Amino acid sequence: MNYSCKILAIGGSAGSLEVLLKVLPHLKEEISFSIIIVLHRKNSSDSALSDLFSTRTKIPVYEVEDKQSIVPGNIYIAPADYHLLIEKNISFSLDFSEKVNYSRPSIDVTFESAADVFNTDLICLLLSGANMDGSNGLKVAKENGAVTLVQDPETADSKIMPSIAIKNNEIDHILTPDQIVTFINSINV
Amino acid sequence: MISDNDIDLILNDLHEIYGYDFNYYSRASLKRRINRLYSLDKFLSINEFRSKIISDKNYIKRFIEEITVNVTEMFRDSSFYKELRTRILPVLGTHPFIRIWHAGCSTGEEVYSMAILLQEAGLLHKSLLYATDINPGVLEKAQSGIFPLSHMKQYSENYIASGGLQDFSSYYTANYDGVKFKPELQKKMIFSTHNLVSDSSFNEFHLIICRNVLIYFDKELQERVFNLFDESLANLSYLALGSKETLKFSGIQHKYKQVDREKIWRKIK
Repeated sequence: MNYSCKILAIGGSAGSLEVLLKVLPHLKEEISFSIIIVLHRKNSSDSALSDLFSTRTKIPVYEVEDKQSIVPGNIYIAPADYHLLIEKNISFSLDFSEKVNYSRPSIDVTFESAADVFNTDLICLLLSGANMDGSNGLKVAKENGAVTLVQDPETADSKIMPSIAIKNNEIDHILTPDQIVTFINSINV
Repeated sequence: MISDNDIDLILNDLHEIYGYDFNYYSRASLKRRINRLYSLDKFLSINEFRSKIISDKNYIKRFIEEITVNVTEMFRDSSFYKELRTRILPVLGTHPFIRIWHAGCSTGEEVYSMAILLQEAGLLHKSLLYATDINPGVLEKAQSGIFPLSHMKQYSENYIASGGLQDFSSYYTANYDGVKFKPELQKKMIFSTHNLVSDSSFNEFHLIICRNVLIYFDKELQERVFNLFDESLANLSYLALGSKETLKFSGIQHKYKQVDREKIWRKIK
């Protein structure tokens, strides 16, 4: 079964960067949706992460600037130390409010905000991590009709985050990194 | 979750009854803040929430304090403060008198950071720091000069990374779990409420600092605030924004030139 969406939102913490670096080179260069990536990382205001991803994919990669419009075919990265929210007019807002789950950016914040705007046009994917973040976001996304995916904890460097998400939510698919590639390449096909 | 319709009703009440216009705030963030407060204060229904807002003046103070984001740090983004130290203050020092406006200063951490920079540059005696915010509650905290002791380790590291050479703890006296910053830093600060949505320009400045405030506004309001800043800046003076904010797409862009790598622009026309 193939899925369709306008947004694929991906959240990850410890151990997720390796997964993304493995997955990105195998993705089709032209995608008809946008990918939004929220990773927990050390506070640093440089754009090292988007530069790193750019070396692994031909899909254009942007570190989000405030009020930037979301255009299909791109990868958007949440900047360090800001929450990333989505507006009804399909643009980003940044937010420097309190940390959520000890995290800023928080995966919950972005998943919940994306769910509110995109409803059934959203697919959320939660990767490896040693934190509780993302679980509640997946719940809200599911309630709003989104498709929910979690990395198979057995393949994750840190199993805690995917395991909690699976325990607390009804997840549509639990995927290994190879299956993640296949899944993403079949979106909107 | 509070519906978009109910958010509209609440915003209307706030505007009509109290004069606070949040209609041009970026909606995703605002909606999240209102939902957060709704569950934090354990309201049982939207009607109960609305009638509290409509009828309880004291609750409005809390509402404004919680809806607006008041997370701030001393010497946050050390490279920004380094550029202020090395590129901006030497120029401002050539003026007989320096007027600085911290617009949306929240609990004042950036104002104290600036006062420390000015003192170290030997300029504090001829400076005035106007610190404004929409929210009277945070201004009271800013004015007290008292901050949590637990934050000082981080602030001290930020300070050193920004090029600070003193012992950071020499700027405050610790008392239980709080620290009070030296009164001489405060002497040149003027605190006042000011609403960027509805209030106009009140002086001409050599530097306006407004960091991580505009991200909460929509594009239309951002543009209005940029014009307000433009009216309030003398030629060749400076405007400093947050690390993810930009003048790039604004109508006043052509009058300004970015100084270096940080989000600091100089008015050139």
